[in-house]
Amino acid sequence: METTTQNPESPKFTSKDLVTDQEVRWCPGCGDYSILKQVQTVVPELGIPRENIVFISGIGCSSRFPYYMETYGMHSIHGRATAVASGLKASRPDLSVWIVTGDGDSMSIGGNHFIHLLRRNFNVNILLFNNEIYGLTKGQYSPTSEEGKVTKSTPMGSIDHPFNPFALAMGAEGSFIARSMDRDPVHLKEMLRRTNSHQGTSFLEIYQNCNVFNDGAFEIFTEKSSKKEEAIFVENGMPLIYGQDGTKGIKLDGFHPKIVDLTVEGNSANDLWIHDESDRVKAGILSRFFDRHEKGVDHLPRPFGVFYKEDRKCYEEAMNDQVVEAIAKKGAGNLDKLLQGREIWEIH
Amino acid sequence: MEQRNQVLDNVIIKFAGDSGDGMQLTGTQFTNTAALFGNDLSTFPDFPAEIRAPQGTIPGVSGYQLHFGSVNIFTPGDECDVLVAMNAAALKANMRHLKKGGTIIANSDGFDHKNLRLANYTDGANPIVDGTLDSYHLITIDVTKMTRAALAESTLGIKEIDRAKNMFVLGFLYWMYNRNMDFTFKFLTEKFSKKQDILDANLKVLQAGYNYGDTTETATTRFTVNPAQMPPGVYRNIMGNQAAAIGLVAASQKSGLELFYGTYPITPATDILHELAKYKNFGVKTFQAEDEIAAICATIGASFGGKLAVTASSGPGIALKAEAMGLALMLELPLVIINVQRGGPSTGLPTKTEQSDLFQALYGRNGEAPIPVIASMSPADCFHAVYEACRLAIEFMTPVIFLSDGFLANGSEPWRFPKADDLTPITTKFATEKNDGERYLPYKRDEKLARPWALPGTAGLEHRIGGLEKQHETGNISYDPENHEFMVKMRAAKVARIADFTPPQKLDSGNEKGKLLILGWGSTYGPIKGAVRDAREKGYDVSHAQVRYMNPLPKNLGEILYSFDQVLIPEMNTGQLLSIIRDKYMIPAIGLNKVKGMPFSSSEILVKIEELQKK
Repeated sequence: METTTQNPESPKFTSKDLVTDQEVRWCPGCGDYSILKQVQTVVPELGIPRENIVFISGIGCSSRFPYYMETYGMHSIHGRATAVASGLKASRPDLSVWIVTGDGDSMSIGGNHFIHLLRRNFNVNILLFNNEIYGLTKGQYSPTSEEGKVTKSTPMGSIDHPFNPFALAMGAEGSFIARSMDRDPVHLKEMLRRTNSHQGTSFLEIYQNCNVFNDGAFEIFTEKSSKKEEAIFVENGMPLIYGQDGTKGIKLDGFHPKIVDLTVEGNSANDLWIHDESDRVKAGILSRFFDRHEKGVDHLPRPFGVFYKEDRKCYEEAMNDQVVEAIAKKGAGNLDKLLQGREIWEIH
Repeated sequence: MEQRNQVLDNVIIKFAGDSGDGMQLTGTQFTNTAALFGNDLSTFPDFPAEIRAPQGTIPGVSGYQLHFGSVNIFTPGDECDVLVAMNAAALKANMRHLKKGGTIIANSDGFDHKNLRLANYTDGANPIVDGTLDSYHLITIDVTKMTRAALAESTLGIKEIDRAKNMFVLGFLYWMYNRNMDFTFKFLTEKFSKKQDILDANLKVLQAGYNYGDTTETATTRFTVNPAQMPPGVYRNIMGNQAAAIGLVAASQKSGLELFYGTYPITPATDILHELAKYKNFGVKTFQAEDEIAAICATIGASFGGKLAVTASSGPGIALKAEAMGLALMLELPLVIINVQRGGPSTGLPTKTEQSDLFQALYGRNGEAPIPVIASMSPADCFHAVYEACRLAIEFMTPVIFLSDGFLANGSEPWRFPKADDLTPITTKFATEKNDGERYLPYKRDEKLARPWALPGTAGLEHRIGGLEKQHETGNISYDPENHEFMVKMRAAKVARIADFTPPQKLDSGNEKGKLLILGWGSTYGPIKGAVRDAREKGYDVSHAQVRYMNPLPKNLGEILYSFDQVLIPEMNTGQLLSIIRDKYMIPAIGLNKVKGMPFSSSEILVKIEELQKK
């Protein structure tokens, strides 16, 4: 089920109305600028009154985001935006709640709240700005940095094995899992729309370049020279095709993905893996398309798009249902009866 | 043989047995019966930390102490008059709490070889037969045998039959204290309405216990404890955690704000969650979060959304919430944080009571982070104190800490409950319009220095708040040195100003000037009150004040302190309020400190009063 709440009576607003009086203070060239722009472009199209929108962030470069959005917002504490958003959505289901977080904020210090938010399935949107580095603290490896990463805290290379955020989200029973990148505004905007329209916790990972501490981390997916070979854009109902001029495809051999050269006679697009967003098993396999993107090595391309989507009851709805049910069964609470309790006696 | 009847003005009974023996239930039944009869009373359960420690061992002993009387009762009592010991371990664990010459009701079946060994009695020793208890009044009953005999015709299995043992003891005590069994009949009938055979068995054994007292010569004296003289009114019995839960619902109803309760299970705070989860028909939403941090952060979210947001824990969990408490005070959003204190540090003594989190409540955050703190004085006062915490949070736009403790949480007392209409109103104001021409200033303050509460969904008041230092009035991020110092002082002034709106400190008893003031806070109220009453009867010049507003302290507190030659501060910690009083009022206050996981007895305080006044 995908819906867009339209409120015809609410005055329309434009992306300009979403700009605050605060100076944007990300480093020049930061990928966050592009994400901010796409969000400010998409949000006015969604038909949600501006006053019903809340952006909540934790700590980190990305978490300055709410200050730049002329909506309601909260810049909370490290890792806890997901928890704050849970309480807000639980008590105010009428609001459109967006969480802006980074790889340190949501995968490291806030890992616990991240997984629990996904399993509970509050109808909120998570925008994870993944730059594979700690930017605000000036360049330490993050839980998504690759092994061997040399940073200020790992002069001999990181010995931490990184998280695969999608496998983590699948394991945490996420109901909507998608990926995009800062340097593909068209795709990013489309993913933002999809993220908003999903009823449930929508998890959108956005590859975001930190040009100061981890420049070029995602270059291989964004540069024209390598993008076609290294990135694959999945679409529901469409075969998995990528490569220069769409000459490569992926098919399933049992549970194993195989790269198929479509220029070879006998190989047909009809035999390829057809992407099905609702297929949990295939989404699991797709989430494993995660080997490192070293140039020249034969490996699976990194997927972008909506990997997985399922319709499951939202937490806040179930919570409200119980209140309604309790009132239907017992009647609306009477405070005097509650104060009195079951057994009383009188002293004259 | 003729039965005698003796009238007593108060009695302390300790029910003790294995965790599985149903002593808590037996205790509560006797308590409610006494309450309905009109006795004043105070109770205190004493559970083991383990859910089911090995049967028959001392760690597995579960106790419930009841003090009831025709006189005013302030504490669950010091030493007990009657000890019910269902097994050898129960006797061994509780002998030191029994008065010299007190009565022991022992279940002889619980003193077999195995039970004696598990209770670490030396080989061959058996206190109920070897004469070691000769100086006590020992009543030995083979409760197991009697229970089985009473149910000889029952179709229940032996395990289920034995489970009714506690009813035999209860019936016997009802006989001993001339009690009507109607309340328990009614309770059992409701509890086992769908299990007729178990209901029949329990009723039969209860009656058998009563008849046993009536027909055998086991005990020759029955006791009467007449109703107490209490202020006229309608009463109920209430436990501290229950009172806190009801207090939150009341504050929600009176403020017109839905209650959002985000928490993570922890002893001894969890029962508040259990209680509130039953009140969904009051619009209450309970959220069992994944951890303590999520619990408080979710409530911050709910508060931002315009709800009465409350989180609760005990010391270790409060430690985890500290950073978020700092956020709440920066955001200046209403929030109530409940700490049901237990023995610390670290995991400490989960099921025992202590007052050692006062410093944590006042100072346990980074930066200059003042938060108002209110402490409850008795089980029923948990209702009023938490209600007041909610009121201050909402009206002053601030997080407020409510301190309870294990003694209050699980203890009970009669409560002359208020009418909903008589509760102090709680004024809730939401911002609906811009407050500075064409701008909305989220940190513009009113006469209480409170900022406006503008809820998401209000058009035109869109704003951002966060944990970074903010500019006065606009709330924008500010690193300006002057502004930071200004805001630090502003937040402190706001909390300090609450003292202008809260009642002055009152003396609970005694003269306004004199030799000795006992200054207490929290659950020491009952023990101090009892000690002061006794001391004054003995002619000592002593007064008593119990502080509820721990921060800000009442404005007239200094004046009171300076009116006495000496100030004694009993606390279940090593002297936390003591340090604060010495620091703030520069007086040589004296501490009386106990950190044993157990409440003070009145006699411990009385001894100190006598010692100080003899000098």
